[in-house]
This record gives sequence, C-alpha cells and structure tokens, in this order.
Amino acid sequence: MGRPRFRLTRTRRQALTGILFTLPFAVGFVLFFLYPFLQSIRFSMSQLQIVAGGYRLEPVGLANYRTALLVHPEFLQVFVEAVFRTLVDVPLIVVFAFFAANLLNQPFKGRTLARVVFFLPVIMGAGIILQMESADYMMTQLRSAANEGGLLSGAVLRNFLYELRIPEATLDYVTSAVDRIPEIIRASGVQILVFLAGLQSIPGSLYEAADVEGFTSWERFWLITLPMLSPLILTNAVYTIIDSFTVGTNPLVKLVRSTAFGGGGFGLSSAMGVLYFLSIAVILLIAGSIISRFVFYDN
Amino acid sequence: MSANLERKLFWERVGRIGWSIVRGVIILGICYVIFYPLIVKISSSLMREVDMFDNMVQFVPRMLYLENYRIVWEYMDYPVTFRNSLVLTLMVSLMQLASCTLIGYGFARFKWKGQSLLFACVVFTLVVPPQMIMIPLYLNFRYFTFFGLLPEPGINLLGSIWPFVFTSLTGTGLKNGLFIYIMRQFFRNMPKDLEEAAAIDGAGAVRTFLRVMLPNAVPAMLTIFLFAFVWQWNDYFFTSIYLSNAKVLPVVLESVSMNIMNDINYIADHYRSILDNTGMILFIAPLLILYAILQRYFIEGVERTGIVG
Repeated sequence: MGRPRFRLTRTRRQALTGILFTLPFAVGFVLFFLYPFLQSIRFSMSQLQIVAGGYRLEPVGLANYRTALLVHPEFLQVFVEAVFRTLVDVPLIVVFAFFAANLLNQPFKGRTLARVVFFLPVIMGAGIILQMESADYMMTQLRSAANEGGLLSGAVLRNFLYELRIPEATLDYVTSAVDRIPEIIRASGVQILVFLAGLQSIPGSLYEAADVEGFTSWERFWLITLPMLSPLILTNAVYTIIDSFTVGTNPLVKLVRSTAFGGGGFGLSSAMGVLYFLSIAVILLIAGSIISRFVFYDN
Repeated sequence: MSANLERKLFWERVGRIGWSIVRGVIILGICYVIFYPLIVKISSSLMREVDMFDNMVQFVPRMLYLENYRIVWEYMDYPVTFRNSLVLTLMVSLMQLASCTLIGYGFARFKWKGQSLLFACVVFTLVVPPQMIMIPLYLNFRYFTFFGLLPEPGINLLGSIWPFVFTSLTGTGLKNGLFIYIMRQFFRNMPKDLEEAAAIDGAGAVRTFLRVMLPNAVPAMLTIFLFAFVWQWNDYFFTSIYLSNAKVLPVVLESVSMNIMNDINYIADHYRSILDNTGMILFIAPLLILYAILQRYFIEGVERTGIVG
C-alpha cells in the first residue's frame, strides 16, 4: 500500500510542530538560564574558589547572606536605596509616559518629529552610554549647578512648599521627583510608544458615541481613554520595574558586579543577586496585584 | 447670532490657542531635556581643557578643536573596532531575529500540552535580572564542558563569539524574552484563514510558515531586528563578560580615556570627561545615523506589531 504505516492525527501533528518550533528556546532555557539560575542559588550558599582547571565549592550554609545583610558595609544601604528609588520612579515614569502619549496623540504640526525625539533616549541612553554619562565629570558638574541655581530645583521648591505646611513625606516625594525629571523623561521612551499604540487602537466609535451623548473632554478622558488604556498601565508598570532594576546605572547592579569581579567573592555576589531577585519578585507581585484590580478588560 | 454664542465661541478659541501654546512649550521643554546630554557631549568633545575652566565658555568653545577626535579615534583604533562591533552586532541581532521569530511563531499558532508552562519560562527570563546568573554563565563559558560532554577542565569560550552564538540561537540572549513575546503577539493577531487556505493548497507547517506567515511578518521582524541591533550595540553587560579584551566598541570605549591619560602621564577629571565625551560621540554616531534613516520602523513597529492587543 502507498499509505504510510504511521500517521499522526491533526492535533498530534499540530502539537509536534509547535514543540519543534519552540524547541530552541526550551533547550536554551534549560542550559543557559535555568541551570545557571540554580547554580547561582547554590553558589550563594558556598565558598567558591578558583583552582587550577576549574573551581571548587565549599558549602557554607547561609554565611554569605549573613555577610551581605549584617557585615557588608554598603550592601544593606544600597539595597534599600535601590528598592526605594524604584518605588519612587515607577509611578512617575508610568504617569509621565501616559501624559506624554496623550500629548503626542493630539494633532499638531511637527508631531512626527516630536515622537522621533521622545523615543531617542532608547537609542542613545542605554547600556554603556548611560553608565558613563552618570559618572561623567562634566555632566555631574552641570547637574549640581542646575540643582543649586535652577528655578525649579528641588531645594527651591522644597522651601516654597514648606511654607505651605505640606506634610514632610509628600514634600520629600515631590522634591525628589522634581530633581529627577530628566532621568524620568529619559526612561520613558518605550512606555510612551506603548501607550501611544494603545491610544490609537481605541475604536473611534466610542468617542463618536460620547460626542452624541454630549461628554465633555474631561468625561471622555475618565470614562473612555483611561479605562481603555488600563491594561497597558499594568504592562508598562511591569516593564518599568524590570527596567529600573536591571539598568547598568542602578547602584545595586554595580555593587553585585564589583563584588564578583573586584575580589569580594563569587559566593557573596551570588547571595546579593539572589536577594535582589527576591525583592524584584515581591515588588512585581505586589504591584501586579494592586494594579490589576483597576484594570478594565473590554471583552 | 446672539452675543452670548459669539462670546462662547471666542473663549473657546482663546482656550484652544492657549492650550496649543502650553503644549508647544511642554514639548519643546521635553525635547530640550532629551537633547541635553547630547549637546553636552558634542560641546565638550570640541573643547580644549582650558575652555572647561573658562567662565565665558558655555557650550560653545572658543575655537573648533578637533584634536580630541584625532586622539580618541587613534586610541580606539576606530576603523577596526567599529568593524568588529558591526560584525558582532549584525551577527547577534540576525541570530536573535531568526530564533525569536521561530519561537514566537511556535507559541502563537500551535497548541500543545505544557505550552503555557514553557511560555511562563519566557516571562521568567524577563523577570530575572541577568546580573543574577552572571557568575554561573561566566564560569560555565570559562570552563565549557558542553554540560558534561567534554572532559573536565573544558575549553575556555570567553574571548570568542560562541557564548553570543549559543544564547542568541536559543532565544536566551539580551532581552530575547521581550522579542519572543512581541513576535508571539504579532503572529497571534494573524487571521486563521491564511493558514487554512495554505493547508487546503497542501502546504505543510514549514511551507506555510515560510511562504505565508514570514512575508507578512516583515515589518514586525524589522522592528525586532532594529531593537536587537541597538541593544546589542549598546550592551556592556554581556559584551564585557564574554569579550573582556576584544576590540569591540563598548569595551574599548570604557577604557579609552584612562589609556590615553596613562600614556601621557596626566590624569585629570576634566580631561577625562572631554575624552570620554568624544569617545561617546564616536560610539553613538552610527546609531544616530541609523535611527535618522530608519526611525519610521522603530516607532511604527511598536504600534503595528500589536504589542498592545
């Protein structure tokens, strides 16, 4: 008979094809991700020594964690600062990106050019450039000069708001936010585009219906734009959290790296990395569960 | 027309014009903030060291001074380094494009048991900071035994392109989780009819993918390629681990100012800043040119790939 002896059903064949297409990732994930991930947990509980032709591990229990948290002169402080900075930055970046996307979605002359510029930081403010910029002498000089003399600098604003008897915590938040405006703008490129894409995918019929009902633009924003974009707020918040945790200028990232290659020991550096990962996971979980309560899904 | 209505229209017009002025100011302000680092870099790369102390000099140096570029160009060995970086970046981004497209397609158009678990793994790679797996990756490539297949100490793959090849081809390189996610979203939005029509014509899965799906996916793929290119070009994290002594731009740029100053036995913050800024301009110039030509694909790509849907 001409028929093959062995035939797969359609669903079976489907499944097999899907597995074949994703096989490279499955292999890569195990070899270059999961395995190193587990190794780093093991390293964090060991003393790692480079010996001739390889390395040797000596289990030390939780000693590295103890060193990181209790003995290391910088870690705890840098750790708390990094987490705090993320908590401050993420809402600011998401709100700014939302605002900027709405701005860029309005019709005006030079809109295309403005979009090109808003996205520029993704091209030239990443990786090595960002890292060198933050350490550059000229930039730091200019930055501190601007903070002392500028009209909108945090210090001036702080005095002003203090006169108005604004609570201390709010005061600190607002002033640190003002001082970080440039960083926030430069970290929002991708998020702006995502919101912009979302804005353009809102069906025009919704706005037409709103016009018939006589909505003011205030109502249009709160009752149509915001709910329709809410899923993207979640996406962008997650993206921003991950981005701010892994960017090369993050002081904790620098510390983990300098501990590893600067003689602090691979074990200690691994322990720091694990603690760092746990804090991201916790923040993502909390942020995700809070935001998803407010997300509106159309279908 | 009643006076009342006329007044209302008048105020509406005032409001519109007022808002467009405010909007213009805000947008210009943001553009200024974004361009500011670039302006600082260009201006200080054209300065002599004395210009930095000169209070009269703000951004515009007294004389156009191109000597910095000559020195940095020479020390970076720019033509060679640039070519190396270009080759590495093109290779890595094309590999990542190929693997992420295939993987994204597999996730989007087929169903099998364990699919959602594997996709959770993709998300997992996005969430874990690469810093956490840095040391094991470094050691595994330093003493590479192909996971037990080669005899102990293994071979040293650091300083070669193999770590990049392995991770890029398996979709586990820099930000590859994001690329897989985007491609999956894109292919999911393709109409089912396309596949069915191809199936009726007797095309198998591979043919359908190559002939029907890929041609439609070109814009999305171009976006992925551009992002991969830019991120790889800028990447210091992996490049400095895998190729710590190679002549590639990020690694060379990082140390160029110290090398120059060590050679002339003169170390000063201002001069270092001038040299660094010159180097950074040389580093990002190719990217800026690329962006100026292809900006449409960067921006429209994100909108069109259906990352949102």
